[in-house]
Parts: sequence; C-alpha cells; structure tokens
Amino acid sequence: MRHRNSGRKFDRNSSARRAMFRSLTANLVLHEAIETTDAKAKELRRVAERLITKAKRLGEVAYTAQDKLSPKDKARRLHVARLVGAYIPRFGVRTEKGGDQKKVDLVEKVLLDLAKRFASRPGGYTRTVKYGPRRGDNAPMVLIELIGEGDAAADEGEKKPKKAAAKTTVNSSKKATAPSGTEGVKAE
Amino acid sequence: MAVPKRRTSRSKRNMRRANHDKVTPVQLIACPKCGEPTVPHRACASCGHYKGREIPGAKKASKAD
Repeated sequence: MRHRNSGRKFDRNSSARRAMFRSLTANLVLHEAIETTDAKAKELRRVAERLITKAKRLGEVAYTAQDKLSPKDKARRLHVARLVGAYIPRFGVRTEKGGDQKKVDLVEKVLLDLAKRFASRPGGYTRTVKYGPRRGDNAPMVLIELIGEGDAAADEGEKKPKKAAAKTTVNSSKKATAPSGTEGVKAE
Repeated sequence: MAVPKRRTSRSKRNMRRANHDKVTPVQLIACPKCGEPTVPHRACASCGHYKGREIPGAKKASKAD
C-alpha cells in the first residue's frame, strides 16, 4: 500500500534523483522556464519552491546591500546563501538572444531576485503549461516556469470568472507584457 | 485445473468488453486563438498559444494524436 509515501522515484537511486533535481532546479533558476516531463515538473515544484522559500524567510535581508546589513543579518544571509549553494551550483551560463554567453550567479539570483519577486506570494512560485505527449516515449511534456512579476495581475484576472467583456480587454493589454520573464527558454 | 464449463457467448463477451475495455475518444476543442482542434488544457500545437499568451516551444512540441 502506498500509505504515507509521497513523491516519485523516477527509477533512480536517491543520489541520482538528487543530482537530477539539482540540475533541474539550477536550470529553472537560470533560464526562468524549462521544458521537461509533467512528472518531473511536478516534483521539481517541491524542490525549487522550498529553495526559494528558504531565501524568502530572510525577508528584506535577502536583497539589501551588504554594507547596510547588521553583522547579525549578514550572518543570517550567509547561512541561507550557503544552504542554497549547497543545493544548486553557484554559476550557470545562459545563452542570450544575440548569442552572447551570460554567466549568472544562481545563489545570488535566488536571494536578490527571486526572494524579492515572490515576497508577497505565499508559495506557488512556478507555473506549468502542458505541451502534449513527447515523440518517442509519449511522455507528457510541460513547460515549467518561474512566475514573472508582470504575471501577477494577469493571473488574478484569469482566475475570476469571465463575466465582463471589459475584463478581457484589460487582460489582453496586461498579457502583452506578461511573457517578459520567459525569454530564456530552451529553444529545442 | 479449473476450466470454464461453457463457452462465453458473444453477448456475454461483448457485455464485458462494453464497459471496462471501452476506449473513450479524445476530447478536442477549437483553439480560441487559431480555431484549430486542440486538446484542452494544453498549449495549442498549431499556433503555440495557451491562455492568451504564446508558449515558447509549444508549436512543434506536440505530436498529433
């Protein structure tokens, strides 16, 4: 019986599973959106969101400049930075649209960017969009992405029942700006 | 060894198959963006849109079933 067993094993031993989620998390942080299977994306949510929540618990300490922090806050920030750094690699290299390589400090991105971006969001920092089955093994594929800053308003508009026709026009103008956070998607 | 006493009639065989062996057709909707048939809750495979925004990589990702 599957009582009190949560999570998926993905036919891997625990170290291979941990390695897989480390790299998936790092790539999600680096690229903002990644393409993977539905099952992996669902597990990745737990892993990635816990990591962001760790940074978020620092509050403003996560994204204020070092010289403005008290020694106690510096120590707290360093601890969380090490916790995050223990899970994801420090640096990732992303290819920008022009073909330039950009080196990103992933740990600092979690603390500076993501902790601030999701400060007012009580969990649920990712979104998945289903693609459909993959050729080859028919695995259901999804795009999993970190929710962007511009998406918040569009999200709320979508959740409300589509009553007023005026609402949809408001939405469409917001949606034009919404996908801005998804530029770093894997091309293929 | 236990063996069936009677051959299963066509009726009994078909009654059995009518329920738990049935195949439900794939439900399709018209894509609100381009009007092509699409699986609901998926990014449209022909125009790559879902919920009013373009989903990167969606256009080719889905194979038609």
